[in-house]
Amino acid sequence: MSVTALATSSAAPPVAATARSRGYWSGVGRRILRDPLTMGCAGVLLLIAAAAVLAPWILPVDPYKTSMLHRLAPMGSAGYLLGADELGRDMAARLIHGGRLSLMLGVLPVVFAFVIGGSIGILAGFAGGWLNMVLMRSLDVFYAFPSVLLAVAISGALGSGMSNSIIALTVVFVPQISRVAESVTTQVRSLDYVEAARMSGASAFTIIRAHVLGNVMGPIFVYATGLVSVSLILGSGLSFLGLGVKPPEPEWGLMLTTLRSAIYVNPAVAALPGAMIFVTSMCFNLMADGIRSAMDTKA
Amino acid sequence: MSLIPHKPAADRGGPAQPLLIVGSLRKYFPIRGGLLGRGHGAVHAVDGVGFQLGKGEILGVVGESGCGKSTLARLLARLIEPDDGEVIFDGDGVGAADGIGVKELRRNLQLVFQDSFASLNPRMTVEDSVAFGPRIHGQSAADAIRVAHDMLARVGLEPSRFGGRYPHELSGGQRQRVNIARALVTRPRLVILDEAVSALDKSVQAQVLNLLLDLKEELNLTYIFISHDLNVVQYISDRVLVMYLGQVVEIGPVDCLYRDARHPYTRALLSAVPSMDPERRTRHSPLTGDPPNPVNPPPGCRFHQRCPHARTVCAAAVPKPVEVAPGHRAACFMANPASGYDSSPAEVGR
Repeated sequence: MSVTALATSSAAPPVAATARSRGYWSGVGRRILRDPLTMGCAGVLLLIAAAAVLAPWILPVDPYKTSMLHRLAPMGSAGYLLGADELGRDMAARLIHGGRLSLMLGVLPVVFAFVIGGSIGILAGFAGGWLNMVLMRSLDVFYAFPSVLLAVAISGALGSGMSNSIIALTVVFVPQISRVAESVTTQVRSLDYVEAARMSGASAFTIIRAHVLGNVMGPIFVYATGLVSVSLILGSGLSFLGLGVKPPEPEWGLMLTTLRSAIYVNPAVAALPGAMIFVTSMCFNLMADGIRSAMDTKA
Repeated sequence: MSLIPHKPAADRGGPAQPLLIVGSLRKYFPIRGGLLGRGHGAVHAVDGVGFQLGKGEILGVVGESGCGKSTLARLLARLIEPDDGEVIFDGDGVGAADGIGVKELRRNLQLVFQDSFASLNPRMTVEDSVAFGPRIHGQSAADAIRVAHDMLARVGLEPSRFGGRYPHELSGGQRQRVNIARALVTRPRLVILDEAVSALDKSVQAQVLNLLLDLKEELNLTYIFISHDLNVVQYISDRVLVMYLGQVVEIGPVDCLYRDARHPYTRALLSAVPSMDPERRTRHSPLTGDPPNPVNPPPGCRFHQRCPHARTVCAAAVPKPVEVAPGHRAACFMANPASGYDSSPAEVGR
């Protein structure tokens, strides 16, 4: 609500400015800033993302340009800092450019699933009763399949391609996020302050907006952050299986597939895309942990 | 006073008309189980409760935990729908065709809960929590904050110091004051205090009780004061209602009831109050056993299995509340001379 701003400016005496305590989120921000591991991981991710976005300016080398002469060039050879792949394309350029698609595959499905699954879960949790039953039991159907298998099946049915992979991964994550959202909303709904809000005559929508959202977003957000690494790995897995991004696009999972055959010739270069996936998903996981503990602590 | 821009709802029936008439209110909670959630009986939480509440009165409601006190509070506030029975608020049937709706009722009735922490949104500042009601009732943000500040000052919290704080930065007593401010800010006429001071320690409890009494005079309030603490109820109430297993067993003026309780259950409750006098120490447990299962209440008088004076009639018939003194009613065969069983209204148990 926007009432706070008005309060300090108009009605309250000047003391209010100093007496006003810092809010919950500024406390969370302060704790995250003091956590070196979380900040380090955030830095690495920022670096990878910035490199991906600014790829053409950082390394003005065409990631699609093949060269028969330099096939599987080892790391550190002239002009090929990180070596070259099986078609002689520059690995450094491909890894940096690959961050674009891979990060999109990691982040976008989670963002979509956060919005869709979060809405379904909060609705089900707040409504309770038969609506909760119908929504949650329908989503439980998706739990019948292991998530990898589900992603493979859906993108297999939709056909390969970036957008289909994103759709498939979104479908995989919606039930999981819904379940988390539903359980936290159910807890919050039964608290006395929600009853008190009902007593003041507020509509269900107003209660959700003013009292429920702020108290359930945190746990859902933390859970979703942890899913980014899963999405990244599943997305790369789809590309690896030939169901995701099509060659010759640079994408880490796809690069891992095509370099697979070169693992005995030049193992270091072949492992590079895997290392990128590992580092990125690790950073997302550690960051999710950091955010979780920053939010858990009572000030 | 003039700071409050909206006035409380008008008194329509005059002082003689009861503010609240409750008639045979009933709520059974079905127990779900089995494959398709079919009913397996029901908890008889509130079973035929009826009473009247005068304007400006404080009615204490006492009883063991699980006797339906809180369910009664939530039924009156329509946070849960009753299965049967009627509630008449200042002459208007709640939910009746020509009566008042739930929304209108909630303008006139507010609740204060026991758990001061759970009843405040942890992410909202104190002033935002208090201003929420007025905002919902259509006041501008600035007005709502002004009313909230006024009410915070009335409950003894300096708005400039406490308004911007979050619930976890306050003590239990301060939080409960915020809850009282939140309940009163929309100017209700009836406030149900559901164990509102039970979680506070004794000195804070006394402060909050006195605050409640002051506010009642200032704002023309009527209270229903639910508690398991008989001393507190004796201190604050004008009349007391005793509940056992979802039913009213005795109701009467506080002095009369505490001095001369007629129902054996009320007597047992009162004798269970710890005495400060070592000469008058309670030596034996006044009641044995647990209350019967509310899913399967015993036939006849619900208290007969634990009652020291029970006779065969108690298991066979349900005693009706009868007047034993002016304004004092008890639902016990033994207390009713007309029942023919009146062996011992006062003698037995002394």
